[in-house]
Amino acid sequence: MNGDKLLEIKNLTVHYESFDATVHAVENLNLSLRHGETLGLVGETGAGKTTTVKSVMRILPDPPAKIVSGEILFDGQDLLKLSVKEMRKIRGKQISMIFQDPMTSLNPVMTVAEQIAEVIRLHEKCSKKDAHKKACDMLELVGIRPERGSDYPHQFSGGMKQRVVIAMALACNPRFLIADEPTTALDVTIQAQVLELMKRLKAQYQTAMIMITHDLGIVADICDYVAIMYAGEVVEYGTREHIFNHTGHPYTRGLFACIPDIFTDQNELEPINGLTPDPTQLPEGCRFHPRCPHATERCAKEHPENIELAPGHFVACHLANKGGNENA
Amino acid sequence: MLKYIVRRLLMLIPVLLGVILVVFTLMYITPGDPVDSLLGDNATPEAREALREELGLNGGYFQRFYNYITRLLRGDMGICYATNLNVATRIAQTFPNTVKLATFAVVFAVILGLSFGVISAIKQYSFLDNLVMSVSMIGVSMPSFWCGLLLMLLFCVQLNWLPASGFDSFACVILPGVSLGLNSAASIARMTRSSMLEVIRQDYISTARAKGQSEFRVIMDHALKNALIPVITTVGMQFGLLLGGAVLIESIFSIPGVGKMMVDAIKARNYPIVQGGVLVIALAFCLVNLVVDILYAYVDPRIRSQYK
Amino acid sequence: MSVIAKQTKTAPKKRSKFQETWRRFKKNGRAVVGLAIVAILLLAAVLAPIISPYGPNDQNPRNRLQGPSAEHWFGTDELGRDILTRIIYGARISMSVGLIAICISLIGGVALGAVAGYYGGALDNIIMRCMDVLLSIPTILLNISIVAALGSGLENVMIAIGVSSIPGYCRIVRASILSLREQDFVEASRAAGASDFFLITQHILPNCLAPLIVQATLRIGAAILSCASMSFLGLGIVPPTPEWGSMLSTGRDFLRDAPHVCIFPGLAIMAAVFSMNLVGDGLRDALDPKLKD
Repeated sequence: MNGDKLLEIKNLTVHYESFDATVHAVENLNLSLRHGETLGLVGETGAGKTTTVKSVMRILPDPPAKIVSGEILFDGQDLLKLSVKEMRKIRGKQISMIFQDPMTSLNPVMTVAEQIAEVIRLHEKCSKKDAHKKACDMLELVGIRPERGSDYPHQFSGGMKQRVVIAMALACNPRFLIADEPTTALDVTIQAQVLELMKRLKAQYQTAMIMITHDLGIVADICDYVAIMYAGEVVEYGTREHIFNHTGHPYTRGLFACIPDIFTDQNELEPINGLTPDPTQLPEGCRFHPRCPHATERCAKEHPENIELAPGHFVACHLANKGGNENA
Repeated sequence: MLKYIVRRLLMLIPVLLGVILVVFTLMYITPGDPVDSLLGDNATPEAREALREELGLNGGYFQRFYNYITRLLRGDMGICYATNLNVATRIAQTFPNTVKLATFAVVFAVILGLSFGVISAIKQYSFLDNLVMSVSMIGVSMPSFWCGLLLMLLFCVQLNWLPASGFDSFACVILPGVSLGLNSAASIARMTRSSMLEVIRQDYISTARAKGQSEFRVIMDHALKNALIPVITTVGMQFGLLLGGAVLIESIFSIPGVGKMMVDAIKARNYPIVQGGVLVIALAFCLVNLVVDILYAYVDPRIRSQYK
Repeated sequence: MSVIAKQTKTAPKKRSKFQETWRRFKKNGRAVVGLAIVAILLLAAVLAPIISPYGPNDQNPRNRLQGPSAEHWFGTDELGRDILTRIIYGARISMSVGLIAICISLIGGVALGAVAGYYGGALDNIIMRCMDVLLSIPTILLNISIVAALGSGLENVMIAIGVSSIPGYCRIVRASILSLREQDFVEASRAAGASDFFLITQHILPNCLAPLIVQATLRIGAAILSCASMSFLGLGIVPPTPEWGSMLSTGRDFLRDAPHVCIFPGLAIMAAVFSMNLVGDGLRDALDPKLKD
């Protein structure tokens, strides 16, 4: 069972430490992903999604971020134990990352071909000229005319820039791709195009992927598995079908209730009451209980364990059990 | 780009005309008669009158300004009262020394400022960072002429390593150049640090790290080039301050530069030299600013595409 | 990270802008040190006759060029005058030059900048070209030319420094106005029938106050330095007035045998400029927390 796992995060805890407060960004997080699969990481802003994936890349800003404990196994090898040099060989080659905002994730003073060629030159032994050639090929692959390689980022639109970023991330044919809200900053029509492109390339190269998003529509479109994060913890994890059809956690249900449904005659959306908790002062017990419509006394005292609702479908909620969750 | 440069050069004309007008007016209202110092008290009124006529000192404000401008357009900047040489010749004698001094100071300031600024930024809040920032705060506040005197005291009087005056060898440039450049080095270090801190937080730096690039190359290739853009402005502004500061430093180290020449000229009411000197310095300053703007375009493609 | 941004959840009580700025300013150690030095210098300037041990021009030829001692903490100069006393009196000159020169340039710069920015067009063009002219002459040269024309002396030094720092303020005010002019609250006020003068003084200027205050503080230091530089060249405030720059200038001749004559006035200039820079930086951070790293 462990053998075919590409990525396995075990008990990851990350804190941001400043001199007067500690932010519990990620607490005791467990996740795993098999070859070629896509995992959707869903949650509100500040839930610790980006921190989690940046820990995998080991590009958290240190200080203030500190990986307190845990293991991140990639192909059975603990990334957190690698030397800086070994880690550099993995970044860009084995694991690539697409950042949220294409407007800022490209270096404004380098041409796009230079930026793609940079990652190729770092990981493949080839001449400058070959790297440039390959960079232009990559541009063509993502639907940009190769001769535009000598243009600078400001000469591209947002959607085009994100295509460049995708070309850069896939240039060395990585086995694992992290996409941090790759479409949030784009127009809706462009979003669809970029997602389509990612889906196609993912299928073509058999790349495993973690997709961070707060758009459940994207999850439905592209992900095999879903992990819902709340205040630094995974509160629900399972296959897409399970999460969508047999929602176990009140928070997940809240997320679904926030999506307008044009087919039913809804008067208003149901927002989740309250705000994400202050990460320096997390509530006792279940972290969601102050906002949970079903919270009991037990929720305020005891931190919930993971309950396996169905094989592979985990929920961290006191109220969830195999029978009772549907009408809780 | 060429069109832009030509346009900028044309825009210099009204500014330089303005400079001439300001300096001419100031010299016009300056009390005292240069003829007194040239001929002494015993000169006959006829001789005085003849000299006034020859120097173009007769007539009203507009007449004299007209005379000055028409001569200037013919390339005649006037005669230095003190040496009877052409003003252009005097400037040709002194200007290279000022350029040498200012260039040394700029190079010193850029090298020192950039390296300490970068180190300070990548080691933010470390002991080194605090040290560099405290020293640079003192450096910004240090009067260059005082710094020059202290350096002179240490290296010329106490240690006897370097010459205290004269300007005939490289050793002579070091002390004045360092005291002139110290303020600028400190400003550049502070600017570089804050600009680097800004850039280091950008997403494209994370992108570069995510590619597997080494930390050193991330800083040198990706961060520094972006951080340089605001630093270039500072360097340009510093150059103007350096040209001014040269006036003081040249006086302390007895360097025969434009600055010392002009201070002496102002004291002696040697108007043509003052007018010519200010004009040349203003021109140099404007040209440096033009170079800075072109450099800008060279570093930042976003600005480059605006010029096309 | 957005996570960190949420730390400031304990929302402070509603305070005035001034209190809020002061609260942030107080937290900045360097700025407080700067403020303390400024306070000492100001006190020295005001209380000079009371606290100084001698008269500024009391000569004692038998005691010339003495090094620091119990009677003369900073030593004596070439005429046997007490250097500490002269530095305390010098603070009067420097502080008043700094403050008055800045007032001159503030008034001039704000008026010109407001007119240029608000009315635009040809007027703007003329004003800004004049500023370009002033900016293209190095400040020290402009200062000494003006003083040469007007004659040496305290008032003329103030005028010279004041005039030559006008362009800086003018640009700040003009730039703020250009960006504010199009904003909705200004439009709304105009639509409500406010006069130009009312708009400029009531709406626009308060909004560029922060950069102006910072610039003014930093420029006080620069003005003190300019005054000292001019006097050092012998074209500003002339002896026997106790001015730091001119003290340095006379001290140059005795650098070899009595370096303290040069060292202490220079230290005084540096302390004044240094403290103003610290206060200016502190104010900038306190007024605009976004700029802080």
